[in-house]
Amino acid sequence: MSRTTLPPTLLRSSLSRRAALLGALALPLAACSAGGSDDAGSDGGGTGSSASDGATDAVDTATLSLADAWVKAVESGMSGLFGTLSNASSSAVTLVGAASSAAGMVQLHETNADGSGGMSMKEKEGGFAIPAGGELRLEPGGDHIMLMDLTAPLLAGDAVDVTLHFAGGAELPVTATVKDFAGAQENYSPSDGGGEMEGMEGMDHGSMASDGGDE
Amino acid sequence: MTRRDAPAPQDTADRGRRRLLLAGTTGAGLVGAGLVGAGAAGALLDRAVGPARGATTPAAPAEPALMGAGTLPFHGAHQAGVETEPQAHATFLALDLRDGVDRDGVLRLLRLLTDDAARLTAGQAPLADVEPEMVTAPAHLTVTAGFGPGLLRRAEREVPSWLAPLPAFDIDELQDAFCDGDLLLQVGSDDPVTLSHTVRMLLKDARSFTTVRWIQHGFRRAHRVQRPATTQRNLFGQLDGSANAALGSEDFSRIVWIPEGPFAGGTSMVIRRIRMDLDTWDEADRTAREEAVGTRLDTGAPLTGTEETDDADFTALTENGFSRIAEFAHMRRANGVDDGEHQEIFRRPFHYDVPPPAGSDAISEAGQIFCSFQADLEGQFVPIQRRLAELDLLNQWTTPIGSAVFAIPPGCAEGEYLGQSVLA
Repeated sequence: MSRTTLPPTLLRSSLSRRAALLGALALPLAACSAGGSDDAGSDGGGTGSSASDGATDAVDTATLSLADAWVKAVESGMSGLFGTLSNASSSAVTLVGAASSAAGMVQLHETNADGSGGMSMKEKEGGFAIPAGGELRLEPGGDHIMLMDLTAPLLAGDAVDVTLHFAGGAELPVTATVKDFAGAQENYSPSDGGGEMEGMEGMDHGSMASDGGDE
Repeated sequence: MTRRDAPAPQDTADRGRRRLLLAGTTGAGLVGAGLVGAGAAGALLDRAVGPARGATTPAAPAEPALMGAGTLPFHGAHQAGVETEPQAHATFLALDLRDGVDRDGVLRLLRLLTDDAARLTAGQAPLADVEPEMVTAPAHLTVTAGFGPGLLRRAEREVPSWLAPLPAFDIDELQDAFCDGDLLLQVGSDDPVTLSHTVRMLLKDARSFTTVRWIQHGFRRAHRVQRPATTQRNLFGQLDGSANAALGSEDFSRIVWIPEGPFAGGTSMVIRRIRMDLDTWDEADRTAREEAVGTRLDTGAPLTGTEETDDADFTALTENGFSRIAEFAHMRRANGVDDGEHQEIFRRPFHYDVPPPAGSDAISEAGQIFCSFQADLEGQFVPIQRRLAELDLLNQWTTPIGSAVFAIPPGCAEGEYLGQSVLA
């Protein structure tokens, strides 16, 4: 269980603030490479639980699972959620966002080579599509879910509750174990540079990234 | 949990393989499904052969049986690693809690270590393992946790009166580097690479809670070099452990498991690092060596008998009227016959053999990581150790240089953490 819980009202206001931002950005439909599925429409990334967009039928969350979920322990700032997200259903699903009482904001991130020998991560526009019977590996150095504006230190051995949001409105509550982890030091370079993202650049977010040579 | 009498854990890989071969002759499709398993036997097979997928197929009967996939159950009434045939390799970790780690921290630490141990012993990668390919050959891996008094105090739980350093014995030349500790992890495996990775994974998760107080590496004979339950020779060449109760026996339960109280289903563990001076032992001829212990070097039989399992006759005399098993003989002193008492413990020792001090004339620095388990530390272990400290010719060649006592909590069920019944 997460050690701290954000008051629901605060969480909601944070979510709606974020949703407003996303709306303003008017993210296009995704051209996701994750699964090759083309029906994975989404109305945005980030924390907002998307309203049904009609592009995807309601997902039966009983067919979805996040195995081996864990979160990197940090004192403050931001952290990553990792695990293997499986879609045992007969249709593709799209992970479009997540929310947690442990974080003021949650984003879906992908990690790419930054061209200078390092890796950098950025928000995954449109979310992650997972084909029928497929899985999405969320791992350091790869796709992952970013917990930001942490409301309290994430202490090793604790558990964090996160709710995953899928296109069509389905929600999957998951519990992740907090683990000490030396890696997961990717740079974070926000793609839009807007609003709340500022001030996070450079990853002075706890030990999530004490990146040495890249900056 | 024993390898000798329990069918399941001991040779899971081989058994699974045999079962597969058998299935192949009777059930169409199962062979085709390969080691992934299918149908009713699937779960069993999966567990049995686990990570060794593709290690063997019925079409290759000549391939030697592999034991790397062998697993021992982690969950249960008792922790694994006690009533368990000793593995070929063991590492003992004594950790001290960092300042500021409180009850909540202790519980978080134990949850992490429990989850790691449950996965690793099953041949599965723990969460956040950056070398997940290193876990696929558990080779009878066990992880056993023990609590020192410091951990129980931090966890705000009563410290049993017996859980403290042993009384000082005159023979002791203890070094702090091998004594005490808040938390013990005994990690055993028949594969040293698996052992190394397991220890590293456990320490990575313990690091923010603890510092390493000491680490001891021990070894025994390689897996399958001897039949299971064969008494091993110590580095003096003596059969060592002949008096042990058989794993799975009622005697074992009576001797080892604490019957009631918070630690019911657990036990007490003594770990003493006993330096064995092989270089001066070389000066003792065969007769002197046998007299020192009271047993024959070849068979391990008492000097009054012919078989290892023969009861010693402590009344037998030599032609000259001396006791055939001398009053100073190790086995006589350990038995207690001359003091009109008798206690039993269960020994599960490992050897150590490390480089002698640089620049010295010594050619060995070796001995035994003596491990014993007993339900009643003060009633069983301490009297034996006291007698041996008072008189035991073997003391001429052996020196205790490390000593620690831990309370081994009972086993845990799935979803619980190690020690939960004690700490909750």
